[in-house]
Amino acid sequence: MHLVLEVQAEKAVENATERLREEVKRLLDKDKIEVAQLTREGATGIVLKVAKAADRDNAQRALGDLVVLDKVPGTTPDELRLTLQAREIKRIEDLAQRQSLETIRNRVDQFGVTEPHIVPEGDRRIVVQLPGIKDPQRAINLIGKTALLELKAVDDSLNPGDVAQGKASLPADLQLLNLREVDDNRQVTGKRPIVVRRQPVITGANLTSAEVRPDDQGGWLVAFSLDSEGARVFGDFTGANVGKQLAIVLDDTVFSAPVIRSKIGEGRGQIEGNFTADTARDLAIVLRAGALPAPVQIISNLTVGPSLGQDSVQKGVRAAILAAILVVALMAFYYKLSGVIADFALILNSIMLVGILVALRATLTLPGIAGIALGIGMAVDSNVLILERIREELRLGKTVRSAIDAGYDKAFVTIVDSHVTTLITAAALFLFGTGPIKGFAVTLSLGVAINLFSALVGTRVVYDWMTARRDLKALSI
Amino acid sequence: MEILGKTKVDFIGKRYVAYAISTVLVLVGIVALIQISRGSANMGIDFAGGTSIQVKFDRPVDLGAVRQALSQSGIKDSEPQQFADGRSVMIRLKRTTSEAGMARQVEDALRGGIRDNSFIVEASTEVGPAIGKELQNKALLAVAISLAGIVVYIAWRFEFRFGVAATVATFHDVLAVLGIIFVLNKEITLLIVTALLTIAGYSLTDTVVVYDRIRENLRARRKEGLGDTMNASINQVLSRTAMTSITTLLGAAALFFLGGEVLHDFAFALVLGIVIGTYSSWFVASPLIYEWRIRSEAARRSRR
Repeated sequence: MHLVLEVQAEKAVENATERLREEVKRLLDKDKIEVAQLTREGATGIVLKVAKAADRDNAQRALGDLVVLDKVPGTTPDELRLTLQAREIKRIEDLAQRQSLETIRNRVDQFGVTEPHIVPEGDRRIVVQLPGIKDPQRAINLIGKTALLELKAVDDSLNPGDVAQGKASLPADLQLLNLREVDDNRQVTGKRPIVVRRQPVITGANLTSAEVRPDDQGGWLVAFSLDSEGARVFGDFTGANVGKQLAIVLDDTVFSAPVIRSKIGEGRGQIEGNFTADTARDLAIVLRAGALPAPVQIISNLTVGPSLGQDSVQKGVRAAILAAILVVALMAFYYKLSGVIADFALILNSIMLVGILVALRATLTLPGIAGIALGIGMAVDSNVLILERIREELRLGKTVRSAIDAGYDKAFVTIVDSHVTTLITAAALFLFGTGPIKGFAVTLSLGVAINLFSALVGTRVVYDWMTARRDLKALSI
Repeated sequence: MEILGKTKVDFIGKRYVAYAISTVLVLVGIVALIQISRGSANMGIDFAGGTSIQVKFDRPVDLGAVRQALSQSGIKDSEPQQFADGRSVMIRLKRTTSEAGMARQVEDALRGGIRDNSFIVEASTEVGPAIGKELQNKALLAVAISLAGIVVYIAWRFEFRFGVAATVATFHDVLAVLGIIFVLNKEITLLIVTALLTIAGYSLTDTVVVYDRIRENLRARRKEGLGDTMNASINQVLSRTAMTSITTLLGAAALFFLGGEVLHDFAFALVLGIVIGTYSSWFVASPLIYEWRIRSEAARRSRR
């Protein structure tokens, strides 16, 4: 399957701004500056209003270390507008693509796909090629999941049902999520609203391992352990909140919200969701490989099942073999012995081309095959050009030896011209074309380059050998 | 053995007939190009964006049942198509609003609607509209730049007029094939674009071979008129062009008849391209230069 993913880098920028907002709050608290309003505006802006207008300059000074933010006084004397610098935005976006690529590569490696091909395309895209995938949907889930694991405190001061229906308003530091409900057959049956604190206690960044374990109901769960810092924070939190609920949140869905019975000091936890063995295994993989820095969107997905792939390849190969036999036979019939020599050059040509493509580990797409076909067509043409030219020279009454020499010399210019123009086309297509068109350009230029060699040098050697051995009176052409 | 002996066809003399034919072909091609850019041509989902899913049932299936199963699940504007074996069905959905997961929805709809005949998914394609548009633009840019490169190279190796004429001839072929594909209402997919690129490469080679001989003869036979030299040159390479065209046609015909459904339209476009490409290297590429030279010489004389 062939996937094109687009990294929603603006989401990573938004997250960075949100983190900066928290940092701003921390710095202002440290300097005891009272804040009337501190909100994020769009993906890159923060609006700060201090309680006392006189504090604005102090606030600006306190935030002096945050060099990635441009700080501009607002329209009112108590307002300060903070904006993420363009250079920083670019850096975050680039990082988001690089990290996404690394993470996806990690996940695919752990999933165990033979010969995956994962490369960046442009600034924001990632192309993922996975040959021989049996369950494409599973692969898409594995690759496309953001997999942000967060442990969040459940807030029971509000009735989640009221919040969901809009009867109660939600303070900015709280968040309404859905708790997934699963029946005994491991089917998701519904969801229940739940209110949690927005600020997570721990995130997946503190995870050191995640593994699959059987649960009590005959299903599977994913057990994880935290690093020392995570274990300390987790221990402190659970110690201080015995009897309260802790929500285990994956990509904004609450999987479970167990009651904390005692302090958990060793930094272990588990995600229960009555999983199947496969989904539990995939979840463990994405947790180990880490979260994507930003969500990815699948913008193109080409999947060819093994049966169709085989079927169309078989048909294509059968057609190609027949075409090759017809051409080889026609050449031998029309140009006799010289045609046979040309046929040898063609076969040599094809073997070299296939060899190089195998060495480059190129995955052949249909446009790629078309490129090969055109390349071989040009190889036939080169030989035809040479042989026709030799015939012409013979007709002028030249001896075999000089007809061959003149034929090659005169055809040489034509062959070079036609091949160079084709190479120019291929180069432009390679530089400016996308995916499949690039494949066409690569196989075509390889074909043309090899052909220049085999037509001009390969067959020439045979004629040189023939004319050197004995004095050839007539050429079979 | 020879297919064509010594020939003496007056290609230059018949140029007005060729101009008429070519004008029609190119006009149709331009109409096709306009329709494509307006989005009203039969664009494949590679370019228009959308979803296509190909499934193979265990037993032959009734297309009506497939349609019903889809509409029951609220999937509108689907175009189910049945393959010759009666078991394979291709369902295409163009420009769907939710491009991700649409193939899955179709699959679920079929599983729910047709319970007595199970199937496997042979291929599925989902393309977002943005990427389709981008693919289209990039393909056009690539073609434009490669054509500019060719003008420069041929202008350097031959002369400026040859470069322009070769490009015009190449454009002519691509437009003509595109126009015919459009008129026949065949779907314009990435494979068709690949075929067009292949045709451009093929036609260019053909043209360069003829030009090469013209250049050679222009040096050798300075006394003869331009028209005679051009005619002689085209005739001299006629047997080569015939031989190359036949071998290439053999290949394309094999693909057409044996290559399966996927390659059918591709091979068809190639066959068209070979025929038109051969025609244009005789009747378009060289007469254009002839026309241009004669006219500019006449202009120079009248200025004196």
